[in-house]
Amino acid sequence: MAKQETAKYTITVTLVMCIVASILVAGSAVLLRPHQLANKTQDFKRNVLIIAGIYQPNQSVEEQFKQIDVKLVDLETGRFSDAVTDLDKFDQVAAAKKPELSDRLAPEEDIAKIVRREKYAKVYLVNDSSGLSKLILPVRGYGLWSTMVGFIALDKDLNTVLGFGFYDQKETPGLGGEVDNPKWKSLWVGKKIYSESGDVKIDVVKGHVEPNVPDAEYKVDGLSGATLTSKGVANLLQFWMGEKGYKPFIDNLKNGEA
Amino acid sequence: MSAKTKELLVKPIFENNPVVLQILGICSALAVTSSVKVSLVLAIGLTLVSAFSNFFVSLVRHYLPNSVRIIAQMIIISSLVIVVDQILKAVAYDVSKQLSVFVGLIITNCIVMGRTEAFALKNPPIPSFLDGIGHGLGYSVLLLVVATIRELLGSGKWFGITILPTAADGGFYIPNGLLLLPPSAFFIIGLVIWALRTWKKNQVEKPEYKIGPNSTTTQEIA
Repeated sequence: MAKQETAKYTITVTLVMCIVASILVAGSAVLLRPHQLANKTQDFKRNVLIIAGIYQPNQSVEEQFKQIDVKLVDLETGRFSDAVTDLDKFDQVAAAKKPELSDRLAPEEDIAKIVRREKYAKVYLVNDSSGLSKLILPVRGYGLWSTMVGFIALDKDLNTVLGFGFYDQKETPGLGGEVDNPKWKSLWVGKKIYSESGDVKIDVVKGHVEPNVPDAEYKVDGLSGATLTSKGVANLLQFWMGEKGYKPFIDNLKNGEA
Repeated sequence: MSAKTKELLVKPIFENNPVVLQILGICSALAVTSSVKVSLVLAIGLTLVSAFSNFFVSLVRHYLPNSVRIIAQMIIISSLVIVVDQILKAVAYDVSKQLSVFVGLIITNCIVMGRTEAFALKNPPIPSFLDGIGHGLGYSVLLLVVATIRELLGSGKWFGITILPTAADGGFYIPNGLLLLPPSAFFIIGLVIWALRTWKKNQVEKPEYKIGPNSTTTQEIA
């Protein structure tokens, strides 16, 4: 080993090794990409089903997803839109980064700290014989370290929460990461979003919410040791359920004008 | 199987276990062992990375300039880890989500780097490969032992199959929640070390110093 200690030799060897290693890494990434994307799409669909509370683990995700109606919504007007032809390929989170598909939010509007809001949202509707039975909306917002990305499912009154959860977050494991705890997620079921006057009233509060306190249906237990994550969750709901988010759409749906 | 091959493969399991005797790779052993399935995947990943990085480092060992050898080893190890991570994402997406950063952390697992530095730099490729497998197996055995204890007593399951029906599901077993938390792995590894050293006395280290008997000389000095 010791005989080749010139600078030129060292640099050459390092360079060759780096090139070989990068070819290996890039090659594996490119070759395996289709599989990974398929897995990701399936995981995404499964998450939609889980949040809606209709997931059956022993049946194929694709088959179950057929009962869900995927629609595009123009967030400005709150009406269904067909601006994007291939809905399968439309990635809402990615769209929020593209200038032609999103708008920059003014700092005072940006309570969920997402910086840009996409013009179109991809929403999921479950219909039964009597019409719309579940509405699943993608939401996201900044917690302590990361943007938490997830869904909220609403009952047919478009006010009661059927399910809420994140499929992507990098909050502190054990503290903020407890947003993924099934126990905490189950606290959301049955809570209400809007007050009588139509404001977003749901909030995450410190400590445990007893069922008999006033407005208990608008309050969810905060996560202990994760004040900022809890606030982030409350903020993102405030944003997405509000005027800048899905409120116009939900109002239109209620009036049958979407 | 020749005696040398056997020694390379089997010795790291009990005689020279990387975790229990060399106390390496504790970090991931604490973090992922609450479930046997996840531990098994990480153990396979580490064994593969350790074997192949030993192999490749050994292949280029005569060409490696001494001054950059650690970085060169890191390039090989980290490339292999990324490949393993990519494969996991493609074929076992759920497990890779559960493992999240821990696959990436194989790079910093001292067992891999320790073996390339201590063994692969001085030995031909095939023995190095076997040495990597052996140490990977040593790590795997420990990981699986710890994970079995933790999952069985912590959630009444093994590989996700219910063995002890828990009280919450109408069974008799009240799970010990402590075993699902990372610190419990410390206790279990400690107990394993104790058990192994009781069985194989030669693994007991000599105390670095002994407290001498009280003598008049120390009193005089004081």
